[in-house]
Amino acid sequence: MLEIKNLHVEVAGQKILKGIDLTINAGEVHAIMGPNGSGKSTLSYAICGKDGYEVTEGSITYKGKNFLELEANERAAEGAFLGFQYPVEIPGVSNMNFLKTAVNSIRKYKGEDEMAPVEFLKLVRAKAAELEMDPEMLKRAVNVGFSGGEKKRNEMVQMAVLDPGFSVLDETDSGLDIDALRVVADGINRMRAPEKSILVITHYQRLLDYVVPDFVHVLADGKIVKSGDKSLAMELEKQGYGHLGIDENAA
Amino acid sequence: MVSTLETRQTVEEVAGDYKYGFVTDIEMVKAPKGLNEDVIRFISAKKEEPEWLLDWRLKSYQKWLKMEEPEWAMLNYVKPDFQDIYYYAAPKSADDRPKSLDEVDPELLATYEKLGISLQEQKVLSGVAVDVVFDSVSVATTFRETLKEKGVIFCSISEAARDYPELMQKYLGSVVPVADNFYAALNSAVFTDGTFVYIPKGVRCPMELSTYFRINEANTGQFERTLIIADDESYVSYLEGCTAPMRDENQLHAAVVEIVMLENAEVKYSTVQNWYPGDKDGKGGIYNFVTKRAACRGTNSKVSWTQVETGSAITWKYPSCILQGDGSVGEFYSVAITNNYQQADTGTKMIHIGKNTSSTIISKGISAGKAQNIYRGLVKVMPNAENTRNFTQCDSLLIGDECGAHTVPYIEAKNPTAQVEHEATTSKISDEQLFYCLQRGLDVEEAVSLIVNGFCKEVMQQLPMEFAVEAQKLLGISLEGSVG
Ligand SMILES: Nc1ncnc2c1ncn2[C@@H]1O[C@H](COP(=O)(O)OP(=O)(O)O)[C@@H](O)[C@H]1O
Ligand SMILES: [Mg+2]
Repeated sequence: MLEIKNLHVEVAGQKILKGIDLTINAGEVHAIMGPNGSGKSTLSYAICGKDGYEVTEGSITYKGKNFLELEANERAAEGAFLGFQYPVEIPGVSNMNFLKTAVNSIRKYKGEDEMAPVEFLKLVRAKAAELEMDPEMLKRAVNVGFSGGEKKRNEMVQMAVLDPGFSVLDETDSGLDIDALRVVADGINRMRAPEKSILVITHYQRLLDYVVPDFVHVLADGKIVKSGDKSLAMELEKQGYGHLGIDENAA
Repeated sequence: MVSTLETRQTVEEVAGDYKYGFVTDIEMVKAPKGLNEDVIRFISAKKEEPEWLLDWRLKSYQKWLKMEEPEWAMLNYVKPDFQDIYYYAAPKSADDRPKSLDEVDPELLATYEKLGISLQEQKVLSGVAVDVVFDSVSVATTFRETLKEKGVIFCSISEAARDYPELMQKYLGSVVPVADNFYAALNSAVFTDGTFVYIPKGVRCPMELSTYFRINEANTGQFERTLIIADDESYVSYLEGCTAPMRDENQLHAAVVEIVMLENAEVKYSTVQNWYPGDKDGKGGIYNFVTKRAACRGTNSKVSWTQVETGSAITWKYPSCILQGDGSVGEFYSVAITNNYQQADTGTKMIHIGKNTSSTIISKGISAGKAQNIYRGLVKVMPNAENTRNFTQCDSLLIGDECGAHTVPYIEAKNPTAQVEHEATTSKISDEQLFYCLQRGLDVEEAVSLIVNGFCKEVMQQLPMEFAVEAQKLLGISLEGSVG
């Protein structure tokens, strides 16, 4: 489904990713772990097409489409979703309006009619309820004044409403207390389906107790240095990155 | 960065794609070019004005001759050559003043259809009466009979001069004195048309009133004059819209709007100003020099100015409130978008004279391209104005690195009980905000619209429904259906 081959990415003239190979098939959940500065966020941005993340070599294809030829919004409309490590605030724009615009933009891209307002409202309310979000939050401006946990929950609600085929979640678990972590894990698990793929980026093993990955990869200095199953995450937790010969502070 | 460039282009498209730039080909009657007493007599005669009004014009002209064009605004432009302008231009067909809408020139009707304004009463958005001013004359006023039943007078100011001389003599120039400023004096000498509104005691105007101003003729100035009088316990919501053809030379629009509110009266005045802004290189566009002022004379009277300023090459405009009646309330909500080489120096004056008066100023300036956007505001509290309050919020949003935003607040509080608060922020549309929106499926244009709309929300929600839609479109918001 998502196929990344020999991906090299430069940011501001610096080589950050140095040849990533990663294939995520339908129905699979992969986890990427690695020290700070190893290039995890860069990988998620490169997949989703953020400006300034220049692919100098390699390819990214999703469902047979060459992602490198698509704009960020087109990749989103094709079904790629990025749960942000630091979701941004958009003052004056309600969550509801933001989601409605997003849903209808994607529909427009696909040549579909706008969603009927009643249907949309039902959908959003249902997803918010599933993720235990207070409906009042839907009226508030996107992420403005939200706590860390509320922002991450908001990302999960957006993901649930947009229902993407491929989701990459960038440290969605960082800085959360155990209740918020459970919400995030629940959100991710709800997305698990035979036709969907998920990439979870995390610094800690903790989240993987709740979202059990099919594969775990270790990213260091812009390369995947080791891949395995869930036990690799446990191993890292016990023995640290140093055990793999990775300098934890080499950002 | 690429995104910033894209953003700028989008804003150019949104604000710069001027859909109202066409010219109507219609036979016109004009005064000789230039300005002198004979031209003023020509205008007055065309309008069959009473003697007192001609005298008033001539006195204004004498005062104007002694005045200097103001220099204090942060505006950089080639001063108009006042002898190279036509001061009166009217469709020939309007010369013998159509008695009813059926008699209005079809070419004019078609022009307004094209602008999205229907003059057939049955087709008009229910609940909005409209006066349309084409260059120097009002060519049609809808729903006047319906309004008359309530005692509401809604007509062109030229008609008011003939039909309601007492009201006109009492109030014309009573809020904006003839020699208030250079442009107001010019307007007083040569004003051609505009709207007159009188709401009688205790009447809540049953529909929104609106005026649509259109400049069509080349080398012609538009000098509109509007007078609104809200008698005791009355209420009216008034809307104003403006467009002009795309031309390489600058055109002058110098308007005066006066509003008088008596006891407990309330007026809501909304403007969507979309005069031709000039092209990408700053060529052409309207010079918009406007004096708008409201006098809250009665106790507990209230005025609310809402403006969405997207057009004009140069905007010089400070809708103001004189809060004379005790407990009176003044509000100013403004969105000003400048793009390319547009310059806007706009804001308000809140003059607190009465006790317990309060005012609110919310100003949102958006600059893109090489544009300059200036908020200039005065809050003045007179010595006897006990317990007054003002809250001012000025926010600027910059798109790109070549534009500018400036905030120039003046506060003169001469009474120690005054509470005056001023807050100001400047921000940019960040690459992070843009990417966040794109990642959720919005294209760049939709993303910019959404962010800009969010930024302007407090102002946009003040607009009446019918206008909000047009204004949101103007801000590039993806609502269905487009004009033109
Ligand atoms: N916008 C940027 N400009 C310059 N350097 C960047 C930028 N984004 C990331 N980097 C650099 O790229 C490297 C990888 O960063 P990142 O992908 O955020 O790592 P991680 O998410 O694994 O902590 C770091 O050295 C970081 O400083
Ligand atoms: Mg990161």
